[in-house]
Amino acid sequence: MSSRRSRISEEEITELISKLQSLLPETRSRGASRASAAKVLKETCNYIKSLHREVDDLSDRLSELMATMDVDSAQAEIVRSLFRS
Amino acid sequence: MDSKGSACSNPNPNPTFGPSKLMLAFRFLRALSIVHRTTPASSPTCRGRRIERAAYASMAYSAGTSRAWSRAVLRRLHHRARRRAVAPRRLSTTAGNRAEALRRLVPGGAGMDYCTLLEETADYTKCLSMQVELMQGIVDSASSNGR
Repeated sequence: MSSRRSRISEEEITELISKLQSLLPETRSRGASRASAAKVLKETCNYIKSLHREVDDLSDRLSELMATMDVDSAQAEIVRSLFRS
Repeated sequence: MDSKGSACSNPNPNPTFGPSKLMLAFRFLRALSIVHRTTPASSPTCRGRRIERAAYASMAYSAGTSRAWSRAVLRRLHHRARRRAVAPRRLSTTAGNRAEALRRLVPGGAGMDYCTLLEETADYTKCLSMQVELMQGIVDSASSNGR
């Protein structure tokens, strides 16, 4: 089985890696120069893991808040703030 | 979104997600309402897990079925009994082991070729961070109002 069904160039891979790097929070704040593909992949893994943890934590917090908050009016508030930002 | 040269010369710190951010918010907030109405207050842990599922579901529905990761998430959610059906590992391409960890983190990653994996990862990461931002916004909003 060929591992290259379509002709993917080095350049395309490099661009994709670069795009991934631009998504990393460190890159956004520090404007890092181009890192190696291996580093970007590793950092991306760490970033995704931390995002998963955040979803987990925030879900728990939302669950706690739900007991006291008025979900429907919170909805209106949030939508308004989204329109503003 | 062209990222030639410096990836950070973008004056806007948050890449524009445009209308999809709003759609994500609507979906998720609607799901939250439903969880609120249908989960007894006596089971906050259960509610937490339902909220988490709602988060991933909203993300996946917003991304649509054109993405492999969103299809994988929806499959996983709809077949909760079939926990982590790990597809037989096909041969990785040139990247070898570096991509293995990533394949396990990105839904549907196991069967993808390297190039697709990178594309899917970028999209998944963007959506995930948007979802986190949204949830944080809701928590902040709800905490400050304290209603």
